[in-house]
Amino acid sequence: MSILVNKSTRLLVQGITGHEGMFHTQQMVQYGTNVVAGVTPGKGGEWVLDGKVPVFDSVKVAVEVTGPNTSVIFVPARGAADAILEAADAGIALIICITEGVPVADMMRVRRYLDQRAVRLIGPNCPGLLTPGEAKVGIIPGSIAIPGNVGVVSRSGTLTYEVLAALRQSGMGSSTCVGIGGDPINGTNFVDVLEMFEADPHTEKVVMIGEIGGSDEEAAAEFIATRMTKPVAAFIAGQSAPPGKRMGHAGAIIEGGSGGAVEKMAALEAAGARIARHPEEIPNLLAA
Amino acid sequence: MKLHEYQSKSIFARYGVPIPRGRVAGIATEAKQIAEELGGRVIVKSQVLVGGRGKAGGIRLAKTPQEAEELATQILGMEIKGLKVRKVLVDEAVTIVKEIYLGITNDRAQRCPVMMASSEGGMEIEEVARNAPEKIIKVAIDPLLGLRDFQARDLAVSMDLPKEHWKVFINIAQGLWKAYQENDGTLAEINPLVITADNRLLALDGKMVIDDNALYRHLELTETRDQDEEAPSEVEARKYGLSFIKLDGEIGCMVNGAGLAMATMDIIKLFGGTPANFLDIGGGASSEKVAAALRIILADRNVKAVLINIFGGITRGDEVARGILTAIQDVKPKVPMIIRLVGTNAEEGRRLLANSNLATAETLVDAARKAIAISKGG
Repeated sequence: MSILVNKSTRLLVQGITGHEGMFHTQQMVQYGTNVVAGVTPGKGGEWVLDGKVPVFDSVKVAVEVTGPNTSVIFVPARGAADAILEAADAGIALIICITEGVPVADMMRVRRYLDQRAVRLIGPNCPGLLTPGEAKVGIIPGSIAIPGNVGVVSRSGTLTYEVLAALRQSGMGSSTCVGIGGDPINGTNFVDVLEMFEADPHTEKVVMIGEIGGSDEEAAAEFIATRMTKPVAAFIAGQSAPPGKRMGHAGAIIEGGSGGAVEKMAALEAAGARIARHPEEIPNLLAA
Repeated sequence: MKLHEYQSKSIFARYGVPIPRGRVAGIATEAKQIAEELGGRVIVKSQVLVGGRGKAGGIRLAKTPQEAEELATQILGMEIKGLKVRKVLVDEAVTIVKEIYLGITNDRAQRCPVMMASSEGGMEIEEVARNAPEKIIKVAIDPLLGLRDFQARDLAVSMDLPKEHWKVFINIAQGLWKAYQENDGTLAEINPLVITADNRLLALDGKMVIDDNALYRHLELTETRDQDEEAPSEVEARKYGLSFIKLDGEIGCMVNGAGLAMATMDIIKLFGGTPANFLDIGGGASSEKVAAALRIILADRNVKAVLINIFGGITRGDEVARGILTAIQDVKPKVPMIIRLVGTNAEEGRRLLANSNLATAETLVDAARKAIAISKGG
């Protein structure tokens, strides 16, 4: 079992004919994800993947014809905010934006708009979702995870793969893996996902991978301390990062003396989470 | 991207924020000429992208044009916190009755911009936040509605700004907000905003930071980017779209993904090594980009070993391998390299690299231990 995506996911791919969109649609279909349509303005009427997936000019028409319930966005940064709004406007309730580099002002406006509607956005600047054995929505390599009872939530992309691979190595599988993304303003935060894992009967343990910047990990610590019954293991990246420098992710920066890894680790430890010093320690912390 | 004071203030002025008369000068005689035009008493201000210019002697009052030239000569030769002063701003000197603070930044937790004002202007806002947090008044700006006049008025009232200044203050607050919004600011700050002896409000100092992700729609600003504040290797990295931060350790790191790059640095440190840099080649990096990354790492003379850690998702192992081969041909590196390549198209990547002289590792811990051993002469 899982959260957010599963066998009944009917996926739309926005930006399907682009370089990344095409490659990862192939991977998602190979994994068994039900990709019902793609959108690229100007390419409506074409078919991709050997004629298996129809392409439409707009999300609105794609929704009318193929009935997707989830959309994944590979549109370049300049058009990503618009693509999210287009999906929301067409009535799609779960939107996953993979795109990196969306201006923060765009994201603040998008988030404010979405908050007024029943729409969940994951990302942007994220690897997407993987429910092993059921559906892969985004770019997480499917082969690195097996079905199981560990829920994984992370601000990072490749670091998440690292953890999934380490879990698999120890024979542990995951219920769902959620990449919430490395931007300062995103659609879904740690607390949102922890809440879903806490409510999911098939998730028994949770791994949380945070990083420097902002206070989302501290909010998660508060939630873990007061509302979470399932055990949580956590790793925070950026323990060796210098202050004032943006460590690749737009949101990964220690500013004005706050957002450091040490404080985040202390808050999570005080909340009862088990803290990993490096990603490969996580399976042992979960087994203990 | 940080903007200089003179750039920030000229943007503010375009949105109706009153600023002192003045101009920027690159040579001392020009500073003298500007002082003559302004009628004598001027402030000569170094333009470097760090705080603490005043304390370092980079902001001085000149009573005559002659003195302005002398001070400009001194200041233009200075280094402040390692940055060479290349320009001075020559502003008319004004008599200050009161200094206030007005700024905007994004609040991550509230997911919107906040405007902050304080009657304690002139000092750094972080300092006010530490010593007298009750003196900072904040209003959250709805990103869809923008700053409303009543919010700006609330700030004026809460700061006990005399009633006669409210109207002008609201205009300044609105101007600052528009400058912030239309230029994709992540910080816009007037500190101090002063009340002068002749009862005017004037933005004496200004600071702006622009969202790097939005620079594509502000090309006029990128043309004036000051590269002095960055290490040359960081400038070079940006040309290739690489995210690179130079550190002072011995193990060069090339990683895909910011989180994994940080974790790689962390693990090097955890096991007793020192990372030479943070480097994220980004998602879906081409072989050209990978080759550029490796060249930048290898240009650092402190580097005793290179750790390449690639966990392919959107990045493909074969592309990375091709980039590494190109770079090896180009640079002919003498330092040993350890590579760990897993994920998308990793098998093909490993096959491409089979004949090169790279040490391989299966896991991150294994890779870090090997790199540390080599860097310590193992």
